[in-house]
Amino acid sequence: MNLYAIRAIYVFEMARTGRTLMQSIASPILTTALYFIVFGAAIGSRMGEIDGISYASFIIPGLMMLSLLGESISNASFGIYFPKFTGTSYELLSAPVSAFEIVIGFVGAAATKSVLIGLLILVTARFFVDYQIIHPVWMVTFLLLTALTFSMFGFIIGLWADDFQKLQIIPMMIITPLTFLGGAFYSINMLPPFWQKVTLFNPVVYLISGFRWSFYGIADVNVGISIAMILVFMLLCLSGIWLIFRTGYRLKS
Amino acid sequence: MDPIISIRNVSKVFPSGLRALNDINLDIRRGEIFALLGPNGAGKTTLISTICGIVTASAGTITVDGHDIVSDYRAARSKIGLVPQELATAAFESVLPQMNFSRGLFGKPADAAHIEKVLRDLSLWDKRNAKIITLSGGMKRRVLIAKALSHEPEVLFLDEPTAGVDVELRHDMWQMVRELRERGVTIILTTHYIEEAEEMADRIGVINGGEIKVVEEKTVLMNKLGKKQLTLTLQQTLSQIPAGLANYPLELSPEGDVLIYTFDVQKEHTGIPELLRELGRHGIDFKDLHSSQSSLEEIFVSLVKESA
Ligand SMILES: Nc1ncnc2c1ncn2[C@@H]1O[C@H](COP(=O)(O)OP(=O)(O)OP(=O)(O)O)[C@@H](O)[C@H]1O
Ligand SMILES: [Mg+2]
Repeated sequence: MNLYAIRAIYVFEMARTGRTLMQSIASPILTTALYFIVFGAAIGSRMGEIDGISYASFIIPGLMMLSLLGESISNASFGIYFPKFTGTSYELLSAPVSAFEIVIGFVGAAATKSVLIGLLILVTARFFVDYQIIHPVWMVTFLLLTALTFSMFGFIIGLWADDFQKLQIIPMMIITPLTFLGGAFYSINMLPPFWQKVTLFNPVVYLISGFRWSFYGIADVNVGISIAMILVFMLLCLSGIWLIFRTGYRLKS
Repeated sequence: MDPIISIRNVSKVFPSGLRALNDINLDIRRGEIFALLGPNGAGKTTLISTICGIVTASAGTITVDGHDIVSDYRAARSKIGLVPQELATAAFESVLPQMNFSRGLFGKPADAAHIEKVLRDLSLWDKRNAKIITLSGGMKRRVLIAKALSHEPEVLFLDEPTAGVDVELRHDMWQMVRELRERGVTIILTTHYIEEAEEMADRIGVINGGEIKVVEEKTVLMNKLGKKQLTLTLQQTLSQIPAGLANYPLELSPEGDVLIYTFDVQKEHTGIPELLRELGRHGIDFKDLHSSQSSLEEIFVSLVKESA
């Protein structure tokens, strides 16, 4: 195991984050604050409680997930795409590092950053609403697993993309709609029965439901299923990455 | 001594169907400076990239210091430093963190003293905190060299290190390459500047169309293929070469005051004594004569033409 290499990649990626610190931190805080003002204060005050939780509190886990997915994917995909784009990936390819080590470095850094942002949102939310976290250990577990899984997913997108448009198309066209329709802002029980069934095909539903359960003990779907789903995603992403490196797809000629 | 790099029957066919390397066999000796020459598209970069693990060979095997580059890639690659042809740099990074990055990537613990020495040797120490994007092209090239040396490689690949580099820096680089060789580092360089190979290399390989055409000691190559010319400056101008000298390969300058005789170094019999006697018989006197050997460049051009 080339630990020095993992650390080098991790430090390099975190330094990149450090350089764009203002943008990295200001933007999630601002977005969260806006959501709370619009959905929490303005609209939420007209909405009843959902399962005994005020609407503003209800949306916190969903908002965190929204940022977590977006940040994980964009960080990791950009992290590996950029060296390909600038040609500096020659160094990664010619170094005595295994695919596994490269993934740990990039995915670890991307996941670290998105977890930090998730926590930052949690702190920001405190200024607007009250919330409790009933299962803190599970909350952190969901946070970490989701960050890791979607950083891996982002890594795959970054490997696959050969232009900037492809880099952005999956987060924009697939992940954002799935999150919005995944119960970030509503309980799926609020949907008509037919759409409740359709929604169950949306993987993000399980993430948000499980995450919300760790806060308030309420869930749209069984928590066990939520955890199983995350692990399934994780395995899918892992095997995707494994396949990519085995075949050298889009990295080597 | 066993070779540091051993290339056996290596071919590379790109997905486009283009055969960039065709059954390459080549040994690089420990501690030598090997110059790889060939026209654009000959396969130089592809060969280097294959050895370094950036391009996967379609066939054949390569070992570096006895380690197979596929099955034992860690051991093989940690011995190699690569300076790519393209100026690919992490533009927004500063020099020093990039050095530490490269060293770490190659599995070496941090070593501030070594990094400082490399940067000083390449006159980059003053720029250590500069963002790479703010450096000039020549300095970026030096950053790439510094990165390749950051992990103390035993083999250094320089893919056109002096392309777009001014004369002074080029001589600095030659100096650096010689010093590295003295420390036992094996160097493989590609270049389009023949005088560079002539100046630096111990051995020269010529590649064209993905095939190695010649591998030879530089001196031997020049002797073997070199044509020598004997230039005679005449006392009296001639209007044409006398008929009696027609079977000698002679050329007369347009002014008619210089005769050039071309002969092969390899041939035991140069024909010079006969020529001089013939000249005397024809009453042609000369006031000066000197011989010169053709440069590698001329040899190279003739080789590439032959194989085309
Ligand atoms: N990734 C690739 N896919 C397809 N063809 C390629 C690829 N890389 C190189 N080639 C082709 O392989 C051949 C050899 O290219 P290579 O870059 O090795 O040449 P070179 O000797 O380094 O030339 P130069 O002196 O211009 O650097 C060329 O015909 C080139 O077009
Ligand atoms: Mg080249």
